[in-house]
Amino acid sequence: MISYIIRKCGYALAVLFGVVTTAFLINFVLPGDPARLMLGQRADEQSIQALRVQLGLDKPMYEQYTKYIGRLIQGDLGVSYSTNRDVLETIVDKFPATALLAITAMFFSTLLGIILGIIAAIKANTWIDATTMGFALLGISLPSFVFGLLLLLLFGEIWKILPSSGYIDKGISHLFLPMITLAFRPLSIIARVTRSSMLDVLNQDYVRTARAKGLSESSVILRHALRNALNPVVTTVSAWFSGLLAGTFFVEYIFNWPGIGTLAISAIEKLDYPIIQGTVLLTAIIFVVVNAIVDIIYVFLDPKVKLS
Amino acid sequence: MNTPLLQVKNLITEFRSEERTHQAVQDISFSVERGKTLGIVGESGSGKSVTSLSVMRLIPDPPGRIIQGEILFTEQDGSQTDLLSLPEDKMRKYRGNQISMIFQEPMTSLNPVIKCGQQIMEAIILHENISKDEARHRVLQLMKEAQLPRPEAMIDQYPHQLSGGQKQRVMIAMAMSCNPSLLIADEPTTALDVTVQATILDLMRDLQKKHNMGMMFITHDLGVVSEIADDIIVMYKGKIVEQGSVQDIFQNPQHPYTKGLLACRPRLDKKLHILPTVRDFMDENPDGSITAKSLAHASIDEVVEHNIVSEEQINKRNEELSSLQPLLTVDNLKVYFPMRNSGLFGNSSEMVKAVDNISFDVKPGETLGLVGESGCGKTTTGRAILRLVEPTDGSIMFKGQDIRSLSKHELKGLRKNFQIIFQDPYSSLNPRLSVGSAIMEVLNVHKVLDNEKQRKEYVLYLLDKVNLEPYHFSNYPHEFSGGQRQRICIARALALKPEFLICDESVSALDVSVQAQVLNLLVQLREEFKLTYIFISHDLSVVKFISDRIAVMNAGSIIEIGNARDIYENPQQEYTQRLIDAIPGNHSFS
Repeated sequence: MISYIIRKCGYALAVLFGVVTTAFLINFVLPGDPARLMLGQRADEQSIQALRVQLGLDKPMYEQYTKYIGRLIQGDLGVSYSTNRDVLETIVDKFPATALLAITAMFFSTLLGIILGIIAAIKANTWIDATTMGFALLGISLPSFVFGLLLLLLFGEIWKILPSSGYIDKGISHLFLPMITLAFRPLSIIARVTRSSMLDVLNQDYVRTARAKGLSESSVILRHALRNALNPVVTTVSAWFSGLLAGTFFVEYIFNWPGIGTLAISAIEKLDYPIIQGTVLLTAIIFVVVNAIVDIIYVFLDPKVKLS
Repeated sequence: MNTPLLQVKNLITEFRSEERTHQAVQDISFSVERGKTLGIVGESGSGKSVTSLSVMRLIPDPPGRIIQGEILFTEQDGSQTDLLSLPEDKMRKYRGNQISMIFQEPMTSLNPVIKCGQQIMEAIILHENISKDEARHRVLQLMKEAQLPRPEAMIDQYPHQLSGGQKQRVMIAMAMSCNPSLLIADEPTTALDVTVQATILDLMRDLQKKHNMGMMFITHDLGVVSEIADDIIVMYKGKIVEQGSVQDIFQNPQHPYTKGLLACRPRLDKKLHILPTVRDFMDENPDGSITAKSLAHASIDEVVEHNIVSEEQINKRNEELSSLQPLLTVDNLKVYFPMRNSGLFGNSSEMVKAVDNISFDVKPGETLGLVGESGCGKTTTGRAILRLVEPTDGSIMFKGQDIRSLSKHELKGLRKNFQIIFQDPYSSLNPRLSVGSAIMEVLNVHKVLDNEKQRKEYVLYLLDKVNLEPYHFSNYPHEFSGGQRQRICIARALALKPEFLICDESVSALDVSVQAQVLNLLVQLREEFKLTYIFISHDLSVVKFISDRIAVMNAGSIIEIGNARDIYENPQQEYTQRLIDAIPGNHSFS
């Protein structure tokens, strides 16, 4: 078990190093000169050149790279070109808002998705199944900005039940609309994955064995079938969770939610390289960490995974 | 007379699909006495499993439904309850408690994510009001009773850590957990090696006597049932065609189907050209009724009389074969697998010696039987010859060419000559390809025949050869029984007219009646196309029928090799003798 975890951490570090390097290289592929962008269109060539020297942009690539890695190890992600604030500080500042949104949305969609998936599987090929899966299809095909705007229009403008923008410092009700918008799609996918996985498992011999023991239908489904059906569900949930934690661009933008997504969009607009690098790095760390956690969850779900 | 433990009266169970309604069980009646074992015998699709599931009321609904009948269960106090009239929650109190069941596939019948002990404990806690500690204690006792080694360790192990035989013992412990008065065993030993089967049958017989249970023992194999049952019912197409005591059925079978089933088992005392099949005794009419053939009135010995291979013929063939140059020569073959990760980076220097230094040759037209228990290395040997696994050391010469030195590309050309028929007909067919296209694919890839029409005709010919109907061409694998699927695999392997065929437990999953047809088919094809076989099996009776020579494998080595008859009549190794003793029905047949 310990060597398993050490090995997983080794892989994780290798992946992170790759990402760090890629994040650095992005700077050289993106169009535009940050010094010019920082000083504005009317700045003269001399002051742009001075700023380039100041930022170290005139140095050869490998020198910039070693410097960048050295700073990174010390936790120094640099300073935002546009606000002059420390990048790490900015991200730490914005991350809780995104995390709150992502965690609540994923909790809601996982719980409801699994329940709906199980119901649809048990009632397979009935109107209940058809209705649930119909909604799930809608959830998958409707882009989040359309669904978000629809909710905003209905609840925020027409019925005026829920606030249409802002952060929860103004009240918990501000969380609902962005959370639901964000949850709809993963919810639909989780429900569908759970359904198909459950249907598979319900046909297995060991489910028949469980019934032959005289167990009630609910313990057959919850104790014997569900745990076997969860593997693909966990994979789906983890992929979505990493995605949401890394920032939810449209939803944060539509509901004016001060998170990583909003930060990243404005950084891209301004070619604020340190911020872009910072968010890319954050995304990578989240994916790596969540994946490592999921690998450990698999061990508990499926005893066969234990040693491989 | 005492009331029987279980009386089934006029049971009809049907399955509905959009196209048709099919009566899987058609108006059958039988009874099971306390302390006796009733064997229910029939081939796949005869309705024997549906009968047992009907008693448990575990028929999946939809599509299945019991539409008529009574299932009367005698309680401890002597009163009778009609199980079919009980509401579902009352019925649950019988399942796993007074009536329990053991299923065919121990590999898949245990929940992979729950510890074995837990799975046994579950029923005890459910049906009896006792504490967890007491239940755990009971589980240990049950596991001991089921003769599981190291129950204290196994109680906390997961099913995948156990062997097939051990899993079936866990199933038995589970079924015995609440002291049932009726035990239903649905093909409990079919998926196991013969040697393991023999020990499981012993165990079940002992438990049944000790607890004075009534038992329904379902199997396709009359040999197995002769070892365990007191009475037998023979089912065919959802109907009971014959019933009687074991002695009656074996000594004086009446129905042509029963005779067919008895005759089609490979015999150990005589070598036959081809095996008798059920079709020799009867014809099935399109409406499902049966017409007895003239042979049906003869005794089984009379039927096989004209079919025996004489001593001279055997000797002559052996001499002919030994004068030929070998087609395949395997020399000092070793296949080692690294132990699964123990080091930090998954590396390990420890090796499992799956095949350890074996040598043999196969002559053109010969059949070499490789026999041994699961894990003895016989399957790995077969795969190493085809380079489906890479050998660690040794040489494999085919027609003077060293297979180990061939490049990937050269190997592809050779594979046309070399085909393998796998063990598991469920996983070796792509569920998304119709049967016809699965076989057509092989023909297309290797550009056999000129056009689609000819290929299709050839596929239909192959389907006919393996006793499938032309309309099966467009059906998908899930629509077939296990036996039919294996026949599809055989048709697919034969499509390229290979010279050399490795049959890896190819008939082990089949009913004896189907097994006989497939074995006959393999024999006919061997003569028709001058095929050479390596025939891998755990069942010595099957191997003896088809092989000229037999190699007995144990723990990665060949411990004995010789002419089929010599191996059986005069085994040199104790292990070989054990394999012979384990053949079910050996004692009552010969």
